[in-house]
Amino acid sequence: MSFLDLRNLEKTFGPNRVVKDFDLGVERGEFVSLLGPSGCGKTTVLRMVAGFETPTSGSIVIDGQDVTGQKTASRNIGMVFQAYALFPNLTVAENVAFGLKVKGVARAERDARVTEMLRLIGLPDLAARFPFQLSGGQQQRVALARALAPSPRVLLLDEPLSALDAKIRVSLRAEIRDIQRTLGITTIFVTHDQEEALSMSDRIVVMNGGIADQVGTPFEIYNRPTTKFVANFVGTLNTFDAIVDGPVSLTVAGQSLTLPEGEITARKGERIAIALRPEALRLGRAEGYDTVLPARVTGVEFMGSIIRLRADVEGTSVSLDTFNRADQPPPGIGAQVDISLSGKDAILLRG
Amino acid sequence: MKSGPKFWSWIAFGAGLLYFLIPLVAMFEFSLRAKRGEYSFQAYSNVLGDPQFRETFSYSIIMAGFTIVWGVLLVTPTAFWVRLKMPRLRPVIEFITLLPLVIPPIVIVFGYIRMYNTSSWLPLTGTAMGTNVLLMFGYSVLALPYMYRAIDTGLRTIDVATLTEAAQSLGAGWVTIMFRLILPNVLVAVLSGAFLTFAIVVGEYVFAALLNRPAFGPYMVWMGSNKAYEPAALAVIAFAITWFCMALIQLVTRFSKHERAKG
Repeated sequence: MSFLDLRNLEKTFGPNRVVKDFDLGVERGEFVSLLGPSGCGKTTVLRMVAGFETPTSGSIVIDGQDVTGQKTASRNIGMVFQAYALFPNLTVAENVAFGLKVKGVARAERDARVTEMLRLIGLPDLAARFPFQLSGGQQQRVALARALAPSPRVLLLDEPLSALDAKIRVSLRAEIRDIQRTLGITTIFVTHDQEEALSMSDRIVVMNGGIADQVGTPFEIYNRPTTKFVANFVGTLNTFDAIVDGPVSLTVAGQSLTLPEGEITARKGERIAIALRPEALRLGRAEGYDTVLPARVTGVEFMGSIIRLRADVEGTSVSLDTFNRADQPPPGIGAQVDISLSGKDAILLRG
Repeated sequence: MKSGPKFWSWIAFGAGLLYFLIPLVAMFEFSLRAKRGEYSFQAYSNVLGDPQFRETFSYSIIMAGFTIVWGVLLVTPTAFWVRLKMPRLRPVIEFITLLPLVIPPIVIVFGYIRMYNTSSWLPLTGTAMGTNVLLMFGYSVLALPYMYRAIDTGLRTIDVATLTEAAQSLGAGWVTIMFRLILPNVLVAVLSGAFLTFAIVVGEYVFAALLNRPAFGPYMVWMGSNKAYEPAALAVIAFAITWFCMALIQLVTRFSKHERAKG
């Protein structure tokens, strides 16, 4: 059994079933993200683990202890909110000490722990400040320290980075992950940002319409999505219509494409959809990329280290990424180019 | 002409100022005329030297203190709970808190006397202390519209739901949340509610008179119908106390650091 076990979790608000038959086991020290569009039930799952919502049915077990009916206050969890939720009347140190004080930890020990926590988040000098004197990023770090100070069993992060600006978001996500690794604390992270989920998590749960569509490592989720929803929600995808030619070959845009053995389950002559990530398409001919499609460039987005091209392949619009190279300017709009692809990168879409 | 609007707003401001100041100044001037032919503070020393003034005034201040404490303890958790758990009931609660403005105090006090008289199931009017308690309840009802509004506005400035959840996730129970979190954050709002309660209690006549308690309100009325200069002096004193309270609130607001953020 896992450290944190969610079994057959269901939640109904009036006529709406927000979470349906949700199962998840989180191992001790694991960082798991719940990823999905808004309204997919990810926050509701988190709030049920926190105890802010009572599941309609199903159970929540933390470290072998069934907490399904337990109050939030006695669950010993730490939570970080999107809106920081620091106590405005308390200083940074008092905020961090709040949970310890509630627990009845002696003053000396409390002070030591606060100092330790503030050092951990890299703000040792701000103990005496009030929340309104801090930037958003600092406030969220204090909120993290406050959640971690009482040594919770599980850390719950509810879109903690959404309210911050882009640059701080990126640096803080690395920082949160580092702290999580250092402390080895079991963590559930809710986000709608796929980049955050992919870069931070040990495993990702992609949620859609209240169910867990796919659970897997970021690598699996990105490269081997098992449902159409996951394939489309995570990352950018080029979809092609294809006709099955044989057990390992397809026809795509008039060209033959060979897939690894055992991938194709459809019969000969059937139409299926395959998908390729923008980085799986190569501009020009490349070694090991057997299928070459003629295309016309329709858009060029220069993003710095990578260049994203949009091109038209026999009426299908595709996007592909190439790395920027100083000696090779990108093709202009309207240019005729070759796009090569390989069957081993193709994702067969089901469902 | 550029200065036109500004000029007219100064005129309006000046007119308003005169409208409020002239009666005050006139009253003050009148209160100084206790001695024929000269200005003196005779009326003031008469008032302040009157043992009845000291007795009734301190009685009313103590009553105001208890009423404020009771009102805060009653209204803060109520407003908090309504905001947190029953936001749809807010209009209903607001309507209920407005009732004391519509129902005359005389109706309320007669209701009290009927319900809590010496032959009732809870004979509060049977003892002086019981009557004091009843009076305090009555006062807190009168102050309800102001107290509720003040505290509810205070709660609006903080994210009650998320702060509560944050405190719960840190292991806090309702009492901790109430006293360590909600009350300190609505303190300034509570103070302005307290100030209004104070003003109401100190000047209240009907409840105190009909429950026959030695409060300041009945004393002022008695003074007004029996003396000439002293009532004016009393009014000036009452104003001074009021203004002092306001200044005090301003000071407290300025000293509570975290409040500056809300500005």
